[in-house]
Amino acid sequence: MKKDIILAGVGGQGILSIATVIGRAAVANGMFLKQAEVHGMSQRGGDVQSHLRISTDPICSDLIPEGKADLIISVEPMEALRYLPMLHEGGWIITNNVPFKNVPNYPADADLEAAMKKVKNMVAFNADALAKEIGSPRSANMVILGAATIQLGMPYEEFEKAVREIFASKGDAIVEANLKALALGREQAR
Amino acid sequence: MQKLLLLGDEAIAQGALDAGITGVYAYPGTPSTEITEYIQHSKKAQEEGIHCTWSANEKTAMEAAIGVSYTGRRALVCMKHVGLNVAADPFTNSAITGANGGLVYLIADDPSMHSSQDEQDSRAYARFAQIPCLEPSNQQEAYDMIRYAFDLSEKLQTPVVFRVTTRMAHSRSGVELKPARKQNEIKLDANPKRFILLPANARVLYKELLAKQDEFENRAFEDGFNRYEEGSDKSLGIIACGIGYNYLMENFGGKCPHPVLKISQYPMPRAWVEKMMEECEKVLVVEEGYPIYEELLRGYLDKSGKIRGRLDGTLPRDGELNPNLLSKALGLPETCGEPIPDTVVARPPSLCAGCPHADTYNALNEAMTEFGKGHVFGDIGCYTLGALPPYNAISSTVDMGASITMAKGAADAGFRPAVAIIGDSTFTHSGMTGLLDAVNDKSSITVIIMDNSTTGMTGGQDSAAFGKIEQICMGLGVEKEHIRVIKPLKNFHDENVQVMKEEIAYQGVSVIVPRRECIQTAARHAKAAAKAKAAGK
Repeated sequence: MKKDIILAGVGGQGILSIATVIGRAAVANGMFLKQAEVHGMSQRGGDVQSHLRISTDPICSDLIPEGKADLIISVEPMEALRYLPMLHEGGWIITNNVPFKNVPNYPADADLEAAMKKVKNMVAFNADALAKEIGSPRSANMVILGAATIQLGMPYEEFEKAVREIFASKGDAIVEANLKALALGREQAR
Repeated sequence: MQKLLLLGDEAIAQGALDAGITGVYAYPGTPSTEITEYIQHSKKAQEEGIHCTWSANEKTAMEAAIGVSYTGRRALVCMKHVGLNVAADPFTNSAITGANGGLVYLIADDPSMHSSQDEQDSRAYARFAQIPCLEPSNQQEAYDMIRYAFDLSEKLQTPVVFRVTTRMAHSRSGVELKPARKQNEIKLDANPKRFILLPANARVLYKELLAKQDEFENRAFEDGFNRYEEGSDKSLGIIACGIGYNYLMENFGGKCPHPVLKISQYPMPRAWVEKMMEECEKVLVVEEGYPIYEELLRGYLDKSGKIRGRLDGTLPRDGELNPNLLSKALGLPETCGEPIPDTVVARPPSLCAGCPHADTYNALNEAMTEFGKGHVFGDIGCYTLGALPPYNAISSTVDMGASITMAKGAADAGFRPAVAIIGDSTFTHSGMTGLLDAVNDKSSITVIIMDNSTTGMTGGQDSAAFGKIEQICMGLGVEKEHIRVIKPLKNFHDENVQVMKEEIAYQGVSVIVPRRECIQTAARHAKAAAKAKAAGK
């Protein structure tokens, strides 16, 4: 089994936490992993992306070749579209549909919607609203991850376990909120 | 042994800890910062008192590390590629002294300039200084090779360059650890003249360095980090350096039909290069950086058409490599998904909401209105983003500290007013000496030292300037009444504009210090304080 995943968002939206959970689950499953992250200047409100590769066989490149990604997981809709050249024909986009507008020329809602409609395989929903619903607005990233778990080819329990481990130091309330967020997201993608 | 999921930087840090370093010396710089941070947060560093606080700049860092090596103990120096320009003096001369205790210079290059002003290739520096250079291709190699680097340094009594690039530094993978080695005891070099570079000694030591060159190459041939992988299709041979090897192998699912010379240690072993040149019709040189070895192999006037690489357009002349560029170079079918829709626009980095620099720039822009554009010289830090809209506030950014000296030069040339804008950490890194020049020449410049009490752009590391800026400026001879501290907040906007106007009008050196903590570190500090308070109850 091999999954090549592009994680996308805006600096500060928590895409590295998504990567950490998937990575933890994959390694617990005895898989190989490579994950290229973006640090430094572009983190300041700019677009950020991470290449995450998990596989039962050794992985060569830290970067996914264009046209080879199985999945784009994004916490922002325009950022999801930015990586379309990375996605292969049967690949899927799982994305939050709430725009993060910090540039003056951010596309009009209708234009963005039209561009999103053209994507063949897409799950897009309001992860912010769902996260707010459970009183944990900062967990929108885990909601999105929850929706992606179906595509990731590992037992759901592994993701729950990884969330528990990763957020353990932040206390039970945060762990529970993130588990709830994960489950809510998973429901969306069914 | 234990297997950890580590960034390349973290693998290097763990490898250095396990290699028995006595200290790490560094100035923050993307993509090298996480190495020192990892050591700072490690239990081992705390337990053993391993030095890991930040240095004022790369030069002071490297010299301190040379001092550690002098005592016979091991030191790691970390910096980004342009930092090596700052440390070029100790770097080049320490090649002549050689090392006593293991001395490794970790230089993180940034091809494609993700967070940098150039993409210089530190392998060129290693060649210039004529010392060995290591370049791992994956995280496990990075971990293993850093210990080897220290052993090699002691065995051949030479500093060793350990070169990584952004993708190596900031990519994560599983790493298996080895048992840790103890720190060295203090033991001075048998040669009492080793570190005395008087011309008479230096001539002798330089001949020693030259005499070691063959052995440097022998180590690169025998020590296992370079290898020749046989291949049946000899129409092409490939020399794959550093992580270029991974991109190559990605295209062949891990099994390349062509002979491959995998290079992770320099100088490149000539025996294998010769073998490849003899048995292959063409040779593709894959380097993540400048075409250094490609040019060497071609020779200056190469017309043979045998060598392929960045110089003939087989690979792009600049920028980092990736699997697709290799696929194109190999003539393999190209892969690409759908194009980016036209609706997608660029999202450049920007100052955080609430950033003190934003208030400073707003005040400065107003204070400068009457003079028009082009009077503000910028520097390196988050505040370099002041060059972009909506601020468009600075007209230069060249290197650390150059705001002050360029403003001085412009003032010397008769250009008024000349304003320099620099961060607190950059000021103590390389701004102080320039300010002294300005004071000595009574240059008419205004220096704005934006004190956010941290090294912000690299993620909030301690700033050497903390609590010292006014004293430093006074010590350098800036008049006390022309050192003005202001609070960069909207509420004080008018008053800040007024202070700026007054000091810009002053014919002499004036300093303005807008002081407010970085909102990122302030939030972190508030969180930690709340946690401590809760724990206290």
